[in-house]
Amino acid sequence: MNILVCISQVPDTTTKVKFTENNTKLDTGGIQWVINPWDELSLTRALELKDDPSSGVQKVSVAHVGPASNEATIRKALAIGADDAYRVDTDALDAYQVAAQLAELVKTGSFDIILCGIESSDYNGSNVGGMLAEFLDYTSVSGISQLEISEGKAIVNREIDGGKESLAVSLPFVGIVQKGIAKEPRIAAMRGIMMARKKPINVTAAKDIAPLTEVKEFEPPKPRPACKFVDPDNPAELIELLQNEAKVI
Amino acid sequence: MSVLLYTENWEGKFKKLTFELASYASGVAEMLGTGVTAVSIGSVDDQELKKLGEYGVGKILKADNEATGQFDTGVYAKIIADAADKENAEIIIMANNNAGKAIAPRLSVRLKAGVASAVSELPVSVSPFFIKKRVFSGNAVAGTEIKTEKKIVTLSQNSFDLAEKPADIIIENFDAAAGGPSGNIEVREVERQSGKLLLTDAEIVVSGGRGMKSPDNWGPIEEFAKLLGGATACSRPVSDEGWRPHEEHTGQTGKIIAPNLYFAIGISGATQHLAGISASKVIVAINNDKDAPIFDAAQYGIVGDASKVLPKLVEALKEAKSA
Repeated sequence: MNILVCISQVPDTTTKVKFTENNTKLDTGGIQWVINPWDELSLTRALELKDDPSSGVQKVSVAHVGPASNEATIRKALAIGADDAYRVDTDALDAYQVAAQLAELVKTGSFDIILCGIESSDYNGSNVGGMLAEFLDYTSVSGISQLEISEGKAIVNREIDGGKESLAVSLPFVGIVQKGIAKEPRIAAMRGIMMARKKPINVTAAKDIAPLTEVKEFEPPKPRPACKFVDPDNPAELIELLQNEAKVI
Repeated sequence: MSVLLYTENWEGKFKKLTFELASYASGVAEMLGTGVTAVSIGSVDDQELKKLGEYGVGKILKADNEATGQFDTGVYAKIIADAADKENAEIIIMANNNAGKAIAPRLSVRLKAGVASAVSELPVSVSPFFIKKRVFSGNAVAGTEIKTEKKIVTLSQNSFDLAEKPADIIIENFDAAAGGPSGNIEVREVERQSGKLLLTDAEIVVSGGRGMKSPDNWGPIEEFAKLLGGATACSRPVSDEGWRPHEEHTGQTGKIIAPNLYFAIGISGATQHLAGISASKVIVAINNDKDAPIFDAAQYGIVGDASKVLPKLVEALKEAKSA
């Protein structure tokens, strides 16, 4: 059984995002790129499954849509423990174009479980996983926080409003992963970093697929008013402000 | 041409979010000079459906058959796509919640419709279709153009005001997805706490962080939330430590919420936390470090030991309520 984890690279969360060219482009100067947090957790879970012989997982691959300059991020995934990697050689333009490229890649391989993070921490779209499933006509389950394999099926927990469901899903399927799937992301050890250098990154040419959306400009979020401080010994004043000034209680 | 709204139901009922969506869809329809059709999937009685008419929905397609009994996102996307074709819908609107996030991308591919997710405002223009959406976990807003003929917009909860606009309403049965359920998903177990106020639905949220010092100090947080009719939440370290359940974690990798009032109690306000709560209308912070970043996001603040200030605040609220 083979698992494919789709990874995107995003600015490290602590990066202060800035824009350039009249606020039309992300200023990439000084950005520390990391694997999208949910993708990193998906990869961790896939590797945990592979470590357990009873799961039947033989290989964990990662897939990325992006230019050669993103290979440092792919190497990180290999250093963490992925067996091999696929890179579709094109800039990522929107979720639709990325999902379409990934779908072409999946069709050429043999993957039983495909994992995608629920969103990327840059564009927050929550779209690539579901789009990929629809392109492939695979079943998808979104918001999964647990993944096991039993009798050739994926056993997943899905969050629903006010609770959760446990589902048995036939393979192949696309699992769209949220927090909880793995406790902590796995960290690359020195041996993993050395081995990653020798692992293959298979580069494929992109298909000609146009995006459906385009970001025209960025703006900072609306500024917030300065904080009004209340004396800790007079909490009644805070209640009064919330009642009569902010009118929220 | 029309606007199509997908209205999820919770055990046959709608909630405030549904009417926010209807109000939003009516606003978009007005910009286009057209009307709103809603598609309801599953068992909802006509009396409940008619409530949508209060917010400008003129027509409802009721899809209620064996295919709709189980939430299979592929099947749901097909039903909504069929409804969009039938109504010649140009814009399809749904919530940016668990269900909407699962359905919208599948629908996008099926209809070749571009998606703008997690929006909180009406489009800037409809031709070209230009809309603002939240990006970089709330650290920026992106003006985005959807270039396709059909468009999908997912709306963030509690971000759009209700707007009553009574309309005459027609309810039509919609015979959906003749293929039936896919058979690929088998539900083994369902755990649901009914009657509990969901964090994402709450208009007031009281959230505790490591500054509360111990899970034993959570009594006042729960009491304060109860007095305010709100829900409780927590920061990531608190859920990672197991002081509180993961469902309560608000932040970048946890729940993203936008209540009217958010109390950050003993939470310093790391970027990751702010990513989950920065859309709150009013933020109140209690923290012993006056330089904590949470005070940059907060409108009201108290500098002090959270575990000591909160009990006093609870008493003050009780007094104000009894006055």
